[in-house]
Amino acid sequence: MSAVISAADPAEETVKPENRAWKKLKVNRSAQFGLLIVAFFIIIALAAPILPIDDPLATSWSAVRKAPSAAHWLGTDEIGRDILSRMIWGAQASLLAGVVSVFIAVLVGVPFGLISGYFGGWTDQAISRVTDALLATPFLILAIALAAFLGPSLTNAMIAIGLSAVPIFVRLTRGQVLAVKTEDFVEGARAVGLTHTAIMGRYILPNVLAPILVQATLTVATAIIAEASLSFLGLGQQAPAPSWGSMLNVAKNFMTQAPWMAWWPGAAIFLVVLGFNLLGDGLRDALDPRET
Amino acid sequence: MLSYIARRLLIAIPTLILVSIFVFVLQKLLPGDPALVLAGEERDPEMLAFIREKYRLNDPIIMQYFYWMKAMLQGDLGISLRTRQPVLDLIGDKLPVTIQLAVMAMIIAFVIGIPAGILSAVKKGTAVDYIANFIALSGLSIPNFWLGIMLIMLVSVHLGWLPASGYVSPFEDPAKSFQTMIMPAFVLGTALAATLMRHTRSAMLGVLKADYVRTARAKGLLEHTVILKHAFRNALLPIVTLSALLFGELLAGAVLTEQIFTIPGFGKLIVDAVFTRDYAVVQGVVMCTAAGFILMNLVADVLYFLLNPRMRSSL
Repeated sequence: MSAVISAADPAEETVKPENRAWKKLKVNRSAQFGLLIVAFFIIIALAAPILPIDDPLATSWSAVRKAPSAAHWLGTDEIGRDILSRMIWGAQASLLAGVVSVFIAVLVGVPFGLISGYFGGWTDQAISRVTDALLATPFLILAIALAAFLGPSLTNAMIAIGLSAVPIFVRLTRGQVLAVKTEDFVEGARAVGLTHTAIMGRYILPNVLAPILVQATLTVATAIIAEASLSFLGLGQQAPAPSWGSMLNVAKNFMTQAPWMAWWPGAAIFLVVLGFNLLGDGLRDALDPRET
Repeated sequence: MLSYIARRLLIAIPTLILVSIFVFVLQKLLPGDPALVLAGEERDPEMLAFIREKYRLNDPIIMQYFYWMKAMLQGDLGISLRTRQPVLDLIGDKLPVTIQLAVMAMIIAFVIGIPAGILSAVKKGTAVDYIANFIALSGLSIPNFWLGIMLIMLVSVHLGWLPASGYVSPFEDPAKSFQTMIMPAFVLGTALAATLMRHTRSAMLGVLKADYVRTARAKGLLEHTVILKHAFRNALLPIVTLSALLFGELLAGAVLTEQIFTIPGFGKLIVDAVFTRDYAVVQGVVMCTAAGFILMNLVADVLYFLLNPRMRSSL
């Protein structure tokens, strides 16, 4: 009898944290809703080339600023382009900008955070002061300044947003590393004489990934709004290529004549950002070891 | 207390120096000859030589930085290429407008965000909590320039209640000024209200579990006395600090809000400067924003210090 109990106990304890997180995520309705929204937009963006929609760049002088109808479900814009088709192609720009800029931020920010937290001392001081300085400039203002000097384009907007988000990841990673590096298994790895790179890569990084993943998901939401903001100001995607932000920039000039031009792009930004925020919040709840 | 502020000020100095290096390096990102950029349409070789001499573009880059820094410390942020006015004057002109917008937005954010956060914490797990949370998350997800456009379409175009754009100084006509600013302030305030609500909720949830709240309840105090006097007062601490830190978000939001409502403020200044390639203005605005943000951080620290009795007695 006692054998059964002792056999069952360790089995219960060895439930992997990933599995527990996954279980929590599976019962979290709002996170699922978020995932659903995000998946919907990703599928639409990927399927844009094969969907039976109009050419997003094709103008038509006989269909200028037409309200939504059977021919153009979401209406047409100021030079007769189909808004639905521009919305779908615009999803590509928005999602790409969100993901690529966060990728840049993680790729630059996480290694610096690792180094800063792991080595401490002078290196940490130097990296932390630079991070402070970058954080002292509001995200969007930094991105606007960078985009202004790099020149307006979608690629430069992504670089500008990515670089502006770097300090968030440096600071987060550094804080996590400080907590993890005093753990016994890190001491152990050091005792057996592993190199610093091996300790950071094999022992520290995997243990700080969860909060980075949460932050990355939430930052995609911020980055999508930032890209839309830059495009809205004319510093992102350039005409005639479609993007939700630049569509709104044009739409604001036709608020009385063609209000539908403004409805859809904003609603799409709102939905996709809400999706990433819900998913990020859900991931945070699921991965937080303090909550049971 | 004074030594504490002095210490914090000292830490701010290296940060400001680093910001100035970034801002300086920005102009080096520009492709091509900076003299050509500074000259604008001008292509006269003599003029170009004069500009190179004037801006010491022939000197080593380190020296250029020191000259630039020295001028800045003397309050000279350069001259706007577009208006030929000193950048500092331009910023001084536009800043009050943005401050008015920001203060109004902050008031709106407090009035909506804090009560919603308290209510949500007190009613944790109920429908009220879920609805408040969902509204807050939506507030965070809605692009404020879109909200601005939608409000203009509804309130100005359809209902004709408020003007869609323009700016009137509160010193000229306070009522008119309020009318033109209330909608932009609401747009700017919503995202902040959402952030404030979420933080108030989590701060309140933290203190509602504390022993002194249980004691207050056990004493038989009225529930609203417990919540407002005992719990909220303690939850206020992180909220005050956060509000000072939201300043950055407020400025960034103002850039877009001012663009939509054509308000001649700080945010519109930087956007116009970007499009007219008025680089000195862009640099000046970034520099001032960073300085302001560092100052607000300092204010947040001092407020935290003043509000927290435990920290006061530790000195």
